This record gives sequence, structure tokens and C-alpha cells, in this order.
Amino acid sequence: MSLLDIILGRKKTTAVVAKERLQIILAHERAINEFNQESGTPSWLPQLQQELVAVIAKYIKVDKNDLKVNLEKRNNLELLEINVMLPERDNVNVCTP
Amino acid sequence: MARIIVVTSGKGGVGKTTTSASFATGLALRGYKTVVIDFDIGLRNLDLILGCERRVVYDFVNVIQGDATLHQALIKDKSCDNLYVLAASQTKDKDALTEEGVEKVIKELSKEFDYIICDSPAGIERGAFLALYFADEALVVTNPEVSSVRDSDRILGLLASKSKRSESGQEKIKAHLLVTRYNANRVESGEMLSLQDIQDILRLPVLGLIPESPDVLHASNTGTPAISLSNTDVSEAYLDVIARFLGEEKPLRFVMPEKKGLLRRIFGGGR
Repeated sequence: MSLLDIILGRKKTTAVVAKERLQIILAHERAINEFNQESGTPSWLPQLQQELVAVIAKYIKVDKNDLKVNLEKRNNLELLEINVMLPERDNVNVCTP
Repeated sequence: MARIIVVTSGKGGVGKTTTSASFATGLALRGYKTVVIDFDIGLRNLDLILGCERRVVYDFVNVIQGDATLHQALIKDKSCDNLYVLAASQTKDKDALTEEGVEKVIKELSKEFDYIICDSPAGIERGAFLALYFADEALVVTNPEVSSVRDSDRILGLLASKSKRSESGQEKIKAHLLVTRYNANRVESGEMLSLQDIQDILRLPVLGLIPESPDVLHASNTGTPAISLSNTDVSEAYLDVIARFLGEEKPLRFVMPEKKGLLRRIFGGGR
């Protein structure tokens, strides 16, 4: 694509189309394949939990057992459930970000 | 203990065997005792790419079935002292490879070699599965093309879930991206996925970029691994791959096209 094409806003290149198509189809296929594993839970779930704990712990004093992450599949619906147990009111230790 | 590296891709024709031959040769040239195994049972080709097709007497399946010893089946490379080849068999029996058989051969090779390179067949059938099952690291060979990228993604899923390391809860297989048949001019003109695009999608560290080149055909015509052609972009790119794999700092080359004139930049056209 030449500069002139970009300035005149001519149609997007086929490489851009290819990338968009891949991103869409792979997002779909990854979701399916992750659920197909024997464990029944996606492989990214433990990491999501760890990262969430790390973020919340920046503001509120929580440890890793205070956060429960669960993913359920009912028919066509996927439900991501995140439960955070907050500490008792007077123990809340707000860290300045 | 040997390090086991699978060269895999899912899709056929992207350069797995070319890469296996060059990667194994490169490691051997650096002084590592290296063996390269062809897992493509029924469609043996690594022997042709390495130029040892007339010296195949016994093959991988002969060893597994006990018809030959490993030492009878290993072929010493003609030009490189540290390199050995274990050819695939031409049998049509797809079940000739067994998990136990492959494990036994790999264990025995591990005692003697520094690196075991497993050249995977295309697809996700038994041969491809067994090629990756015992691996410590993987070279995922990908072309800048939608079907190749999609199939590589599938293979990454298998590496993460169906390998010995994943099943036994060991550290994950270390996967590296190797993009082959890259044409920087076509990338610049927006006709081809860029290295960055492929990285964005597959999220893998890049081990190397091999430019599209007529020299690869010359290499296979003559049974010379591409890394051994001197003074070509392809051999330079594979030498860089080896250096990076061994932990040396090497900036990526062949990512950008050769410089074009100002007028052509403005108005486009030409390659």
C-alpha cells in the first residue's frame, strides 16, 4: 500500500483482512478446544485467578483463598463467577495506589 | 541427557523438514552431537533433504520392531561428523509407531546425544502426536498465511495439553516461533501478514525469520541442507536461528524490504 492509498483512505489491504479473520476464528476455536480438555475447565482459569488476586491485593488486603473463580457452561450460556471475600470492616487496610 | 526438540506446524509444506535438516546441521556444526528423526511414517523425505537417501538400510520402525539395532539404523551425515539421521519407514502401516517404542528409542538416544530433533509430519494424527509427545522444546514453523497460522495455533493447543510434560505436570514445553517463506516486500505492500501480526495472534517468542528464497529449492535439489549454502539469505537466517537458540543476541534480519525510491514509496507499484 502506498502513502497515497493511505492518505486517500482506500480500502484496507488483504493482510489486514487476513489478520482480522484469524483473530475472530481463533478466539472461537480456542474457547472450544479449551473446554474439550479432560479437566473440564479452561487452562487460563488458574492464571486469571492469580492475576485478579494480585490486582485486588493492591487496594484491599486479601489473600488467594479469599477469591473464588468459577466458570460454568449451561446450554449456550457461559457464566464466569468471581467471588471475593472481603475482610472484616475494621481490618480493611486500604493501600494507597 | 539430551534435549528433545520437535519441529512442528500442523500444516504441510511450510518448511518443517527443511528446518529440521538445517537446525540439526547447525547444532552439529557448533559441535553438539545431534540426531534428527523423521516421524513421517510412509512418506519419508528427510533423507532426501539431507542427501542420504541411498544409504538408508534400516529405519525407525525397524528399530522399534526389533529388526535392527539403533546403531545399524543411524546414518552418519556425509559432511558433518556430529550429525546422525534416523529415517522414517516407508511402510503403509500407520500403527507401526507406538508410544512405548518411540519412548524406548528416545531414551536410548538420550544417553549419547546432546540434541534429538523430531521432524513431525503434517496433521494431528499419530505421527505428529508422537513427534511432540516427548519434547522439551518446540519450533513451530509458520508461513505468513491464514491456514498456516490457524494450524499452528491448533498445534500450540496440543503442545500445552497432550504432551508428556503437560500430562505429568512438569514445566511446559518451551515453544518458539519460526516464520518461513517471508516476503518483506509483500508485507510492506499489505499483501502478506507481517511478523508482528503473526506474533500478535500466536503470542510466541520469535526464534527466527526465514525469507522466501529460490535457494531453498536449489538446496533440496542437491540434498544439501539450506543452512550449508554459503552466502545466501536463507543460510544466514538459519545460522542466526542457531545462534539465538544457543542464547546469543542476534537482531532479526530480513524483516524489512530493501530500500525503495521516494517516488515508488509515494505512488506504490512494483515489488
